[in-house]
Amino acid sequence: MTGWEIFLTAAIKTVAAFAFLLTLTIILVWFERKTVADLQNRIGPNRAGPWGLLQTVADGAKLLFKESVTPRKVEFGLYIAAPVAALVPALLIFLVVPIGRPFHIGDRLIDLSGTDLNIGLLYILALSSLAVYAVVLAGWSSGSKYPLLGAVRASAQMISYEAAMGLALVPLILFTGTTSLKQIVEIQGGSFGDTFLPAWNVVLIPSFLIFFIAGIAETNRAPFDLVEAESEIVGGYHTEYSGFRFAMFFLAEYINIFNIAAITVTLFLGGWHGPTFGLGAPFDWVLPIFWFLAKSMALVFVFVWVRATLPRMRYDQLMSFGWKRLIPVSLLWIALSTLAIGVRRMGLPWT
Amino acid sequence: MTDENQTEEVEAGDAAVAVEEAVPEGTEGRRVVHDMWVAGTEERPDLRRFTDEGSQEMLPDEDEQVLDIQRGTVVDDDFELDDSSDEEELQIINMGPQHPSTHGVLRLHLELEGETIRRVKPIIGYLHTGMEKTAETLTWLQGPTNVTRMDYLSPFHNELAYSLAVEKLLGVEIPERAQAIRILMTELNRVASHLLWVATQGMDIGAISMMIYGWREREYLLDFFEMVTGLRMNHNYIRPGGVAADLPDGWEEAVEDLLVKVPAGVDEYHEILDENPIFLDRTQGVGILTPAECRAFGVTGPNARASGIDWDLRKAFPYSGIEKYDFEVPLGQHGDVLDRYHVRMDEIDESLKIARQLLETMPAGDYRTEDRKVTPPPRKRIDESMEALIHHFKIFTSGFSVAPGEAWQSVESPRGELGVYVVSEGGAKPWRVHVRGPSFAHVQAMPAAVTDTLIADLVSTMASMDTVLGDVDR
Repeated sequence: MTGWEIFLTAAIKTVAAFAFLLTLTIILVWFERKTVADLQNRIGPNRAGPWGLLQTVADGAKLLFKESVTPRKVEFGLYIAAPVAALVPALLIFLVVPIGRPFHIGDRLIDLSGTDLNIGLLYILALSSLAVYAVVLAGWSSGSKYPLLGAVRASAQMISYEAAMGLALVPLILFTGTTSLKQIVEIQGGSFGDTFLPAWNVVLIPSFLIFFIAGIAETNRAPFDLVEAESEIVGGYHTEYSGFRFAMFFLAEYINIFNIAAITVTLFLGGWHGPTFGLGAPFDWVLPIFWFLAKSMALVFVFVWVRATLPRMRYDQLMSFGWKRLIPVSLLWIALSTLAIGVRRMGLPWT
Repeated sequence: MTDENQTEEVEAGDAAVAVEEAVPEGTEGRRVVHDMWVAGTEERPDLRRFTDEGSQEMLPDEDEQVLDIQRGTVVDDDFELDDSSDEEELQIINMGPQHPSTHGVLRLHLELEGETIRRVKPIIGYLHTGMEKTAETLTWLQGPTNVTRMDYLSPFHNELAYSLAVEKLLGVEIPERAQAIRILMTELNRVASHLLWVATQGMDIGAISMMIYGWREREYLLDFFEMVTGLRMNHNYIRPGGVAADLPDGWEEAVEDLLVKVPAGVDEYHEILDENPIFLDRTQGVGILTPAECRAFGVTGPNARASGIDWDLRKAFPYSGIEKYDFEVPLGQHGDVLDRYHVRMDEIDESLKIARQLLETMPAGDYRTEDRKVTPPPRKRIDESMEALIHHFKIFTSGFSVAPGEAWQSVESPRGELGVYVVSEGGAKPWRVHVRGPSFAHVQAMPAAVTDTLIADLVSTMASMDTVLGDVDR
């Protein structure tokens, strides 16, 4: 491909991913509100549009036109930068996730992902640790006490769960032998031997669970939502934000939820793999996208379900859960899986 | 008339300008005087100061002690911290009066070291409505309308305590049916109050669905209250002399319905919460009050019983014939939030047990006393009897008189000992009404329960104390 073609493909993919995420956020917020309402014997939004689908659009428009109140004691530059710093990594992470089977235009093979990085997993870990800066900066630059408490909580929480998240991925890398998300998905095609079980990486169950739990903590969702605990620190780091600046935090949070769900699906649940029922074009590339979205939404439902069920943990309990349970279990699992993979590749040492 | 007013205003404005000019320009005082006197009387010059540091002072005279105390950045008392904490490290933070989990307008002045609470000072008075004073201007019969608004989650108990106190002075006999209706309504009110408690307790520790579940069951009870009294809260139903109206037709079916629906909901709460590890972590050993502390601070009701103090006014000083019914007083052992939860959940069961007994044994008879000095005669009697007409006229114009004296009556409200002290000088209105609200004592016990814990524990404890600010401030 020529330079222009590469540039054009990248530009189109980036804009498409951006538009996709924004549209998806609208649906996600609606989905969460409807699901929580169902779990709580309520009706949920049902006024704006069919089944209340336009409720989020209305809320977003309201936030756009609302005055962005700036308290007097803020550090202005950082205060403005923090929402941007929250949104940008959230949007960037999604670029490496393959959302469907590569397809041909003429004789060119187009990947259905922003790009295929050979260090995809490291890229994801790096960007998700950038997200903590947004929270800490927002809390600190607000010049107010509740946001500061939220920022302090966030820095401790996100850093410790980052560690667990990274450790959970080590067995996966050993198992698949790659950090490129495209290759990880390709490895998961087919079935185990002659069984009907799909060859998904979910056989690494401890990794899957630890990664998903750490993912919930990374996105500050219940029961790990003490960064923005409404009933304790009144919203935490975004207490002093309003209008569109708040909307950016809000967007980032929901995009991150979808990111975690999408990455978990890609790494452990077979990505876009799923039954195509032997259908030809165009189903052979539409169905994979459907499977990818369906699996991701199922995980998003778990996010919502957990939020509607569990109480919030306390700060010290959260830290001890992270450092005393998740991380030792991850280390133990790394040791076990290393042994198992070694035996599988090279046989027992005495044979 | 309008012209005169305008002249006066202009003069006031002139005087203000004169005062303002007497203060040297460019000083803080100038700006204060300008704000106080001149605002609105002339076109305002822009006196705002800008600083090049990117930040502006919040109010013009920041070094003024009074404002600092109001803003909560400075503490003005003789309290001394113990040596273990470094005063330099402390951060003062105001929780409330508009904080989501202070359940109304309680303000907590916290001194934090990191997130550890080294000291907490409850500040009350944001909901003070002067109801005790108002009671002095209302007749004895209007009293329940007033007191029912104090502790708005247990209106029947407020009315009952007041009515019993007045009846003590009146010396009237209350028919058995009226007494039984009173017990039925107050016990169901206890259930409604505890349901709301479990809802807010769940919400405050982050279990947002508990909030809606608790309100769902409470709604059935409120529907029943509406059916009986016409209102969902502030019923004004229990009055001196009996109750306002007899139970409506079909109340038996309604109560039976409640006795099925509410326990079903309560079972669900047990399923959601009882073995939930996060719920246990957040409640076990949190916000402990020892029995000695309970006695010292005057903590009563479920909070005291959770600490193991076997004290229930329904057993100790029975009222309205509640001693005839069979019920247990659930007790806790540790005095922590989890015990308060279990005590309240068991009390719901016990109260429903009383309601079931009442359903079976509701006596026939009158729903208010036959004493014509207190109760207006039936409409028909007014047409027939001159005396009845006079009684009717007297009761509805001046109200009935109560013999001079004083009376104290306390009842077991969902929160604890709710006492009413009334003094009569013999007129149609009380000379003094004093209310002993249980929540007031619970607010003052809060520092003992939460000092040296985390903010999250404070929220959990505050919710578990079940303070109603309407009951604290009155």
